[in-house]
Formats: sequence, structure tokens, C-alpha cells
Amino acid sequence: MRVLIDQDKCCGAGSCVLSAPDVFDQRDEDGIVVLLNAEPPAALHEAVEEAAAICPAAAITVEQTERV
Amino acid sequence: MTTAERIDTDPGTEPGTTLPALGLPATRAAGCPFDPAPGVERALREEPVTRATLWDGSSCWLVTRHQDVRQVLGDPRFSADATRPGFPFFTAGGREVIGTDPTFLRMDDPGHARLRRMLTADFMVKKMEAMRPEVQRLTDELLDRMTEGRGAADLVAEFALPLPSLVICLLLGVPYEDHEFFQRHSGILLSLRSTREEVRAAQDELIGYLVRLADAKRDRPDDAIISRLVARGDLTSAEIAAMGRLLLIAGHETTANMTALSTLVLLRNPDQLARLREDPSLIKGAVEELLRYLTIVHNGLPRVATEDVRVGDVTVRAGEGVVCTLNTANRDEDAFPGGGGLDVGRDARRHVAFGFGIHQCLGQPLARVELQIALETLLRRLPGLRLDIPFEDVPFRHDMGIYGVHALPIAW
Repeated sequence: MRVLIDQDKCCGAGSCVLSAPDVFDQRDEDGIVVLLNAEPPAALHEAVEEAAAICPAAAITVEQTERV
Repeated sequence: MTTAERIDTDPGTEPGTTLPALGLPATRAAGCPFDPAPGVERALREEPVTRATLWDGSSCWLVTRHQDVRQVLGDPRFSADATRPGFPFFTAGGREVIGTDPTFLRMDDPGHARLRRMLTADFMVKKMEAMRPEVQRLTDELLDRMTEGRGAADLVAEFALPLPSLVICLLLGVPYEDHEFFQRHSGILLSLRSTREEVRAAQDELIGYLVRLADAKRDRPDDAIISRLVARGDLTSAEIAAMGRLLLIAGHETTANMTALSTLVLLRNPDQLARLREDPSLIKGAVEELLRYLTIVHNGLPRVATEDVRVGDVTVRAGEGVVCTLNTANRDEDAFPGGGGLDVGRDARRHVAFGFGIHQCLGQPLARVELQIALETLLRRLPGLRLDIPFEDVPFRHDMGIYGVHALPIAW
């Protein structure tokens, strides 16, 4: 899995941080999303999918990468 | 279809619709104070995008499904700019104040993002999580005072309202001593029964108060939000006052009503109350479920189309108003199977109680912290909690833009 974020779209609602705190954080100065881990381990995939689904601004994209 | 044909169409029906236009705000059924109005529930079941009529006789679209509500609120072609022709208002008072009230709630990007981003850091998750000890302290103090030497009280007046009011005053830098003043005026602004004149007067009072407060911060700055907005130097007093008004009202009315209504619905669902008491670790999920089930922004969210857009089975034309009913979206069986019932163990995170799209509630991390602490503490400290009046006598806020109860007499 590869995670992409769009900081221009982000509205700082913070729901991604609640869903997957190991993958998403908010920038101290303006609360906009920052990515902590662009290729999270399998154990976090469900939480990341949830974060992408509930992001109100569609600022999170999840790409499925092939397993090696 | 040409314009002429559209004008010839019976005003009560539209291409693609068969239900008669529903009057908004819709009225709940007697005896079902936790359920959406029968009219909007019927639309969800039978015609999920349908016509509705507003107080002034104008009409708009009603969007009721979870999927469609997310589509509309997430699409920038549906504008939140209330100065655009066709924007639907629920009351005459709402339309009255719009020109003088430039809050980002009723703006589109980039103007919306410019103002909202001045505040996003103040309400971000880690900052609100860091407030837990302070919110817990205030919660315990209020409950100490409420229960001292007594066995009954009004939960709204003594706990549900003061807690978020104290917290938002602290964050904004508004003196809590003034709470009666701003609670009275925000009550008028939120009432569906207020006249245009009453709304105008309340708005002027509240804005005047916040302008004076902002001016006072120029001389005596502090660390709170209003003072920091003043210190930026790029905002007018009117902009600061409008943002302050929005945060002040949104910050106390919403959490206050969620706290009281959640308490009541749990008392009416003793099995769910027992589950939550037995396993307090359910509290975070339970708060999401209560947000979903109760959806206190009960009249929905207004938008106006700026282009022709297909929603469900209909085409919404540019310039037509749309109301997204969050409460039907949150009961939509396709998104929440069995959603007509309260289940504190449900994964309800996809609810739209805070709205959706770029305007989604800025204060949701604060609301979650307050609700989790308030409800967990209340249930823990008052094991004998019960309603102190017949359920039929509970004064529900049918007359207000934000649903809840005007008072909640409880005993313990």
C-alpha cells in the first residue's frame, strides 16, 4: 500500500489522525495533514482505508501496490 | 428540456419526482423525538432526491441518502456561499443576517480556506487531546457542585451547558462571566421562531460585544484565539467578530445539546446504558454512535448548485438550492444496517453528523473529547441516574436549529 496526501485539499478536520495515528499527523502551525509513513505495514491498512474513506476533503489517496 | 417547458411544469412536482414537495423544516412525529421527521424518512425510502418547500414558498432539492449527501457536500460545484441567488434558508432570520456575517461556514474556497486555516491548528487532535486533564477537572467540579447535598437537578443548566461554555470561553479568551449574555443571544439566533427583527438585534448585540472584546485585546493581549486573530493584523474587526461569534455558538450549543440528549437516549435504552457502564472502553465508539443516531444538526445543511450536477436519479440545475439531511444519511440502511436502533458497539465512524466536505466541523476533535469525558464521568459518578419527570414532559428543541432538550430534570 502506498499513501498519498494532498495538503492543499486538507481542511484540518483531523479524522485521519484519530483513525490511523501512526500514519497521519497534523502540522503544528496550521493543523494540515502530514504523512508519517507513506508505506504502512499490513496491520495498519484497514485503519488507513478508513481514514481515506472518512476524510471530508478527499485529501487522502490509497494505492494498492503489488506484494513482492 | 427548454426553460419554457420547465416554467410550464406544475410547481409542486419536478421531472424525476413524484412525491409532493415536503415543507421544511420537517416536523417530527409525536412520541418519536429521536427519529427524523416522517417526511424526510419517507423521502429516504421512496425518493431519495426529492423536492422541498421553504418558509418563503421557494423550493429546493432535498438530498437524503448517505452516499448522495457525501457527494453533494464533497463537491465544490455545490456552493456554501449564502449570498448566491437560490441559496436555501430555513428562516427569514437566517437570510436577514447573512450579508453582515462573513463567516467561512458560508463561503467557498479560496476565501473559506484562508479563514479556516487560521483556526485549524487551534482545534487539531493533539491539541484537544492535551486538554483532557482540564476538561476532566471542569467536569468534576461541575458535578461536585451539582450533586452537593442534593438528589436532583437540571442537567442542561448545571452541567451540559456550562461545561462546553467554560471550555470555549477559555479557548477564545471570552470572559465566562458574560455567558448569560451570549447564551441568550445565541438562543435567539438559533431559534426557528425568532423574527427577522429579533435575529438582527441579537446579531448586532453579539457582534458589537465581540468587536469590543477584540479591541480590548489590542491593548491587553493574551494567548487565546481572539487575541491571536487580532495580533495577525490582516483581519478586520468584523471578520474577527464573525469568527468569534461562529466559534462561540458552535462551541457551546452543539456539545451542550449532544451531552443532554445522549444522556436522555441512554436512559431510554437501558440495555445500551448497561453495556457502556460495564465496559467504559466503549466510550469513544459510543460517542460516534450517539452522534450518528441523534444528529442534532437536524434540519440539514444548505448548498446551491453552481453547475448542472447529477445527484441520484435527478439533475440539479445551476442556481437551484439543495438541503442535505444529515439525519436521514445517518439512518441510511445502506451505510448503517439496522441504523434505526442505537448500538453503542457499532462502528459508526462514517457518520456525517459533523457534515462532510471542506466545511466539516472544525471543532470535532474538541467535541469528541468533551463528550467522551462528560458522558463517561456522568455515568460513573451517578450510578442511580434517572429522569425526574415523565418522558412525555421533556421539552425537546423542535423549535431550534440545533436539536436537543431545553431542560433535563434528572435525579440520582
